[in-house]
Amino acid sequence: MLVLSVTLAIFLIVAGLLLYALIRYRSRPEDSDHEPPQIYGSNQIELSWTVIPILIVVMLFLTTTRVILGTETSSKPEDALDVTVIGHQFWWEYRYPGLGVVTANELHIPVSDPSKPTPTYLKMSSADVTHSFWVPRLAGKTDVIPNRINVMWIDPQQSGLYLGQCAQYCGAQHAKMLLRVYAQTPDEFAAWVKQQKQPAVQSFPGNAAATEGQAVFMHSACINCHTVAGTVADGRFGPDLTHLASRDTLASGPIPNTAENLRKWIDDPNTMKPGSLMPAMHLNDHELDVITAYLTQLH
Amino acid sequence: MSTTTPVLEAIDETTARGHGHPPFSVIYEWITTVDHKKIGLMYIFYALIFLIIAGIEALLIRIQLAVPNNHFLSPQVFNQLFTMHGTTMVFFMGMPILFGFGNYLVPLMIGARDMAFPRLNAFSFWISAFGGLLLYYSYIGASGLYAAGSAPDVGWFAYAPLTAKVFSPGHSTDYWTLAIFLSGVGSIGTALNIATTTLCMRCKGMTLNRMPLLVWIYLVMSGLVFVAVSPLTAAQIMLTLDRYLGAHFFDTQAGGSAVLWMHFFWIFGHPEVYVLVLPAFAFMNEIIPVFSRKAIFGYPAMVAASVGIGFISLSVWAHHMFTVGMGPAANTFFVFSTMVISVPTGIKIFNWLATIWGGKIIFASPMLFSIAFLFQFLIAGLTGIMLSAAPFNWQLSASYFVVAHFHYVLVGAIVFALFAAFYYWYPKVTGRMMSEHLARWHFWLFLIGFHLTFDFMHVPGLLGMPRRIYTYEAGRGWEVWNLIVGLGAIFQAAGLLVFVYNLAVSYRHGKKAGHDPWDAWTLEWSIPSPPPAYNFAIEPTVNSRRPLWDLKHPEDPDTGYE
Amino acid sequence: MINTVSAIPIDATGDISWKLPYRGTVGMLCLIIAESAIFIIFVVAYIFYLGKNLSGPTPAEVLELPIFGTVCLLSSSFTVHMAVVALRKNNRSRTTLWLGVTVLLGTIFLLTTAQEWYHLIHDKGLTITTNLFGTTYYSLVGLHASHVIVGLVLLTITFLFSLGGRVHEEHEKRLDALSLYWHFVDAVWVVVFTVVYVVGR
Repeated sequence: MLVLSVTLAIFLIVAGLLLYALIRYRSRPEDSDHEPPQIYGSNQIELSWTVIPILIVVMLFLTTTRVILGTETSSKPEDALDVTVIGHQFWWEYRYPGLGVVTANELHIPVSDPSKPTPTYLKMSSADVTHSFWVPRLAGKTDVIPNRINVMWIDPQQSGLYLGQCAQYCGAQHAKMLLRVYAQTPDEFAAWVKQQKQPAVQSFPGNAAATEGQAVFMHSACINCHTVAGTVADGRFGPDLTHLASRDTLASGPIPNTAENLRKWIDDPNTMKPGSLMPAMHLNDHELDVITAYLTQLH
Repeated sequence: MSTTTPVLEAIDETTARGHGHPPFSVIYEWITTVDHKKIGLMYIFYALIFLIIAGIEALLIRIQLAVPNNHFLSPQVFNQLFTMHGTTMVFFMGMPILFGFGNYLVPLMIGARDMAFPRLNAFSFWISAFGGLLLYYSYIGASGLYAAGSAPDVGWFAYAPLTAKVFSPGHSTDYWTLAIFLSGVGSIGTALNIATTTLCMRCKGMTLNRMPLLVWIYLVMSGLVFVAVSPLTAAQIMLTLDRYLGAHFFDTQAGGSAVLWMHFFWIFGHPEVYVLVLPAFAFMNEIIPVFSRKAIFGYPAMVAASVGIGFISLSVWAHHMFTVGMGPAANTFFVFSTMVISVPTGIKIFNWLATIWGGKIIFASPMLFSIAFLFQFLIAGLTGIMLSAAPFNWQLSASYFVVAHFHYVLVGAIVFALFAAFYYWYPKVTGRMMSEHLARWHFWLFLIGFHLTFDFMHVPGLLGMPRRIYTYEAGRGWEVWNLIVGLGAIFQAAGLLVFVYNLAVSYRHGKKAGHDPWDAWTLEWSIPSPPPAYNFAIEPTVNSRRPLWDLKHPEDPDTGYE
Repeated sequence: MINTVSAIPIDATGDISWKLPYRGTVGMLCLIIAESAIFIIFVVAYIFYLGKNLSGPTPAEVLELPIFGTVCLLSSSFTVHMAVVALRKNNRSRTTLWLGVTVLLGTIFLLTTAQEWYHLIHDKGLTITTNLFGTTYYSLVGLHASHVIVGLVLLTITFLFSLGGRVHEEHEKRLDALSLYWHFVDAVWVVVFTVVYVVGR
């Protein structure tokens, strides 16, 4: 706010003087041939408009430094939640080391009570190129860089869904690498964690399509890129699908998670997110139907 | 505003225009010329073509972003367009046009007959020109096969490791690298020429203390080019070694560092924008005094401020990297250095204000654009100060707020100053005045378009819209602002078309200008318009900063004021 | 009748002395500044990556001090200076001689570098792709070597011109500017030698 008011004040003063000068000293027909008095400089004036800006700079610098130190050197409260964030082209991986949870694209965190803060500490790195984690209503952005670990904390005090997206150009689908952060009450969060810790649903009584879908899935190339906890699928290149059906969106945000969208996505991701690194799987219609039936059961 | 300055008569009437009538002899003359004036004009003409091309790229971008979830362009094409727009505007519009003006004006303003190294001058132009053609060849070169080529799409700053062979297969990144490498060679060559000419070829009596401020600033700018463009050249060599010889400079899988590329790029990138803006200051330093009918206020301070800006600009680069996680010590240092640079910059604005103050302001076309420059550069500088506060930066970097800020400088300050320079020096180059009537259409159309686009562009940034996204979701609150931004682009295009038309039509039908249509005070106004090939029949001798003022006002010469 | 008299006043005291520096020297200095900036970036990269190899040979394991080559190269700065001095005295045969010695010494330096690289590649298995050390070492030393080659080409041409009797006293300033380039190349080697072979090991 201080920066804003200082710059606004400077603008009003300087622009005001400029406007005044332009009006007051405009050439008028009556004073045609005389040149105005030539003034080459003035040591006092020039000194003052050197010193005053220096003082303003010093003041702005000191206040800015205070905020930088406050943000970057604050100590971590004991009840902080640790989350490891790994950026991929074009999705987000979230691992909760203390809780044994691995998920993708939707970050659930507990809301923080100012009297007893439970912020979330994000330890971030990238599996490929440089990305940036930016959820404007929660914090400034921090870049997510391969071969480097960056740390930031977020401290939402109101529950709700916070939106953001990758903020460092990372390739074809940078625009659709969205961020969804769900700040939940402690109870909601605990329930979510409990559910996410379960291994994947593996039996689908009465749902022949899902059962068949599971078999097809486990025998397809899908398992090379995706993990479904408790099964043979343990690929790490693509998002963890163990609890896919518990998510609101597909493909890191841009696609609502419905059966129809899911089927279209698996058929050919490039129709919905062109440039996505998931290839079209070339499954026939029946395989698509049953795999979709299976995946929609992974709550 | 013509004067009765007793000026040099030409030894003969040969002008810069040759006597070639058949097309081949004219083309041959221009291709083989080593005359700084012709080379300057070629640079300018070349840059104007790229201005239009890159402008079209921008228009396409704005159409795609005018509404959410638009399908006007595919993401691949969009990503190429913003990369090419930025790369073209910086390297094949900005640099050439400013070098073009420098080439044309510096020898004239110091009373010299040409640059120090005329053949190097020609070489520098042609290699830069070739670089531009190479970059644009990428649109058609090796296209068709997926990842086999086509225009670069890695952003104008080409962050590693996105540019590594594994993430950018094919040759698009190589077109980027090689084209800019060649342009860099040309830039260093021209800067070398400008610096050497300034230091070694000034006419008698023109001490450094009496040089026009434009010449001072081009000297500082050349020095910056030496130490700023070279790091980019080095980084590009490293990138090419990575991509083709298996080196690991930026290969994060082998322990290399993505951040190292960022440092090298921005060690180039930040001084580069000062390389671009300093000549804009130079034009203002010449134009504002003439149209306020007063000497520039505080010449020594202006020199000191320009040199100071040059030096300080070398120390601010990592304000582009506040979000990289450099740690509080580094962040604090770069906040400080960036804020400090506002002091000499502010001094310049105040000096211009003081030049106008108490003067007699003439609102001719060069002055209209200069006044817009002053207001707009002030705002651009202030949003820069906002961005220099790292915590602000953590929110606003890589968002449309930054895009708005830097376009405010690049278009609002530099392009407006360029327009002013065109209107001011066109009479000298061609011997004819540009149409003031068309100039006013140009001015108002472009001004309205500029403000519609770039004032309102700050808002989506503040609302969280990142840059370089080919589309966005509805419901984020960004829609209406993007629409207004796009509308402004159309006004700017219209203004630009009027300008180009004015340039063309005034060549034949403009009012004859004579030696000195603006009643100005520097040496270039003492020779015919257009200047003869040899510039000065007899090398002038000067006794003050404004030799023609001394001639016109023998009762009150400048010789006492130094 | 065309009036050719300048109306811009000439200084009342007549022909003022107005001596500005020689263009060739200033131009060469500008080039040296730009080239220094390029080298500095490569040196920074070298220093930044010291000790960060994930695998492969380290400097201490494979590098030996290139004393002989260094002595040759640094002496060649002295010999090129002698060539300039000789030309100033219009002693053309001496100039030719000193230029020839300079070219010889520079070539010997290049050969020692080539020999060193052969040894590193064939015996120690260090290439530009091996690890970060390989990358930064070959690029930095290679960049320097390429500048030595350019310098040798220029010096050889000058030597041949001198041999043919075409280099005269009035060319002294040009030879001086060329020698500046050669001194620059040597100065870069001092830095490279210190950073790579002394400190970096």
